[in-house]
Amino acid sequence: MAEAQNIPVGSTTAGQIAVAAESTVATRMSAPPSFDVADFPVPHGREEEWRFTPLERLRGLHDGTAVANGAGVKVAVGAPEGVTVETVGRDDARLGRAGVPVDRVAAQAYSAFEQAGVVTVPKEMVLTEPIRIAVHGEGGIAYGHQVIELGAFAEAVVVIDHTGDAVLAANVEYILGDGAKLTVVSVQDWDDKAVHVAQHNALVGRDATFKSVVVTFGGDVVRLHPRVSYAGSGGEAELYGLYFTDAGQHQEHRLLVDHNTPHCKSNVAYKGALQGDDAHAVWIGDVLIEAKAEGTDTYEMNRNLVLTDGARVDSVPNLEIETGEIVGAGHASATGRFDDEQLFYLMARGIPEYEARRLVVRGFFAGLVQQIGVADIEERLLAKIEEELEASVA
Amino acid sequence: MATLEIRDLHVTVEADNATKEILKGVDLTVKQGETHAIMGPNGSGKSTLAYSLAGHPKYTITEGTVLLDGEDVLAMSVDERARAGLFLAMQYPVEVPGVSVSNFLRSSATAIRGEAPKLRTWVKEVKETMERLHMDQSFAERNVNEGFSGGEKKRHEILQLELLKPKIAILDETDSGLDVDALRIVSEGVNRVRETGEVGTMLITHYTRILRYIKPDYVHVFSGGRIVESGGAELADKLEDEGYEAYTKGGASA
Repeated sequence: MAEAQNIPVGSTTAGQIAVAAESTVATRMSAPPSFDVADFPVPHGREEEWRFTPLERLRGLHDGTAVANGAGVKVAVGAPEGVTVETVGRDDARLGRAGVPVDRVAAQAYSAFEQAGVVTVPKEMVLTEPIRIAVHGEGGIAYGHQVIELGAFAEAVVVIDHTGDAVLAANVEYILGDGAKLTVVSVQDWDDKAVHVAQHNALVGRDATFKSVVVTFGGDVVRLHPRVSYAGSGGEAELYGLYFTDAGQHQEHRLLVDHNTPHCKSNVAYKGALQGDDAHAVWIGDVLIEAKAEGTDTYEMNRNLVLTDGARVDSVPNLEIETGEIVGAGHASATGRFDDEQLFYLMARGIPEYEARRLVVRGFFAGLVQQIGVADIEERLLAKIEEELEASVA
Repeated sequence: MATLEIRDLHVTVEADNATKEILKGVDLTVKQGETHAIMGPNGSGKSTLAYSLAGHPKYTITEGTVLLDGEDVLAMSVDERARAGLFLAMQYPVEVPGVSVSNFLRSSATAIRGEAPKLRTWVKEVKETMERLHMDQSFAERNVNEGFSGGEKKRHEILQLELLKPKIAILDETDSGLDVDALRIVSEGVNRVRETGEVGTMLITHYTRILRYIKPDYVHVFSGGRIVESGGAELADKLEDEGYEAYTKGGASA
């Protein structure tokens, strides 16, 4: 009895390392990247990039029936002095430089947005306070576009906070000049009904450092697609993510790091906790090391903690290596279960049930939270995790 | 003086869609300062006794009483039993992902003692106890039981025993799977706790080997879901020579 257990239950975990002559990451998509929604067929759900997503819950974002109604989201930007905050039209030449939409919804967002936000930190400006972008859902449908650009050697922290209720599809671009340092924290703290689909493109300049922290708690369906490529050698990207998937929620994070330039680094670490019936988390971690990207150093990791029965995790790391001249490449994925035996063990040492769950979940996330480096966000995250746990106990 | 009184304890378990009675009327009294060895063949119900006392949800108590200093243990939740002074060193300690040993020990000590131990003295206490159990300090940063060897798991259980200072300690086959060195180290840990005179020990074991290191005051033979013979340390010598055959013949157990 009471066998030690740490097996994936109610989950699937698959991984593969492919050494390919050509990129199957690219060819796995059902259509080539394009800014025009007309270049993508309406997905039916069996495509590789859509097979985990409940299309019927996207409220029409994927098939053209979701029409922006002007009551979608309100965006408020608070930025320190010296930072330029603009709202620009579709024809602004600064849009679309960091990457091209890779699926139907991203292209829909690009084809449908009316105005874009552009936040620019001039070269060599080092901010001591974060730029804060509040995106508050007003209950309607919206398509958005946001550019955040740092000039050479500029340093900034940007916090993008999503709250309220909305059906939102968006593209976000991060453009880092040479030697720039950008930390972006994107918090998805939506109300229960919100649907949020977004592609994040980061273009990391020579010797620049990009840190992305994606935190997903709320929403009915959240599907994010953070992507990184490099504009020069010496670039570094750290992609961290935390999610807490509750009953009925679908939270999907699909990452791609395209090592298209020699001597760049990337480190991906996503962790999620799940609880409740039909909680569904999807993590796709694609790393592509192109033939020309010699000296690449990359690692990606996904860990999931399943707290109750009825939750499901799909975790798929995928590493494609087209050159052997690299420093390192690795990946890991694991799904563990907090089960009755673990609860019994902790309680048999005097720890009350609620405290036992809290201990496990806090411990699970602690190391990752410390990576964020933005004190008020770290505190808010830990408080939010507690809140999620309390909701589950109640 | 703390006393654990087990009276006519009957326990069932659900298995293969059937209810099976495992414990069939156990009577035992363990007092602070005493060491009772509970010995018996595999399948006799020894571990069921241990886990039932700790409150594992798998087991259903159908009859009998368990009192700790007059308090009804069976009415308590698992964590309440631990806080009341019961400790179970498990045969198969469970891996707990995400929780470091140091965090676990401190949370546990805080719960058992009713207040968080003072950090400075606590760190010293843990460090010294680990050293006595020949545990490397890096152990504290590992996740509870994750990737531990069999011997590490048992040392970790005894580390908790030493730190939590229960009134009644139930050691469920702590000796199983240990080599002689590890057995000696673990036994020394148990003896340090016993020498305080403040713990009553139930030493559940299949083998007499551990009794060379931990001298029992009483030996009980467990068979067919209850205690069939009780005596002093000399009873263990008899078991060493003759095995359990005398008790399992006649269909008392299997």
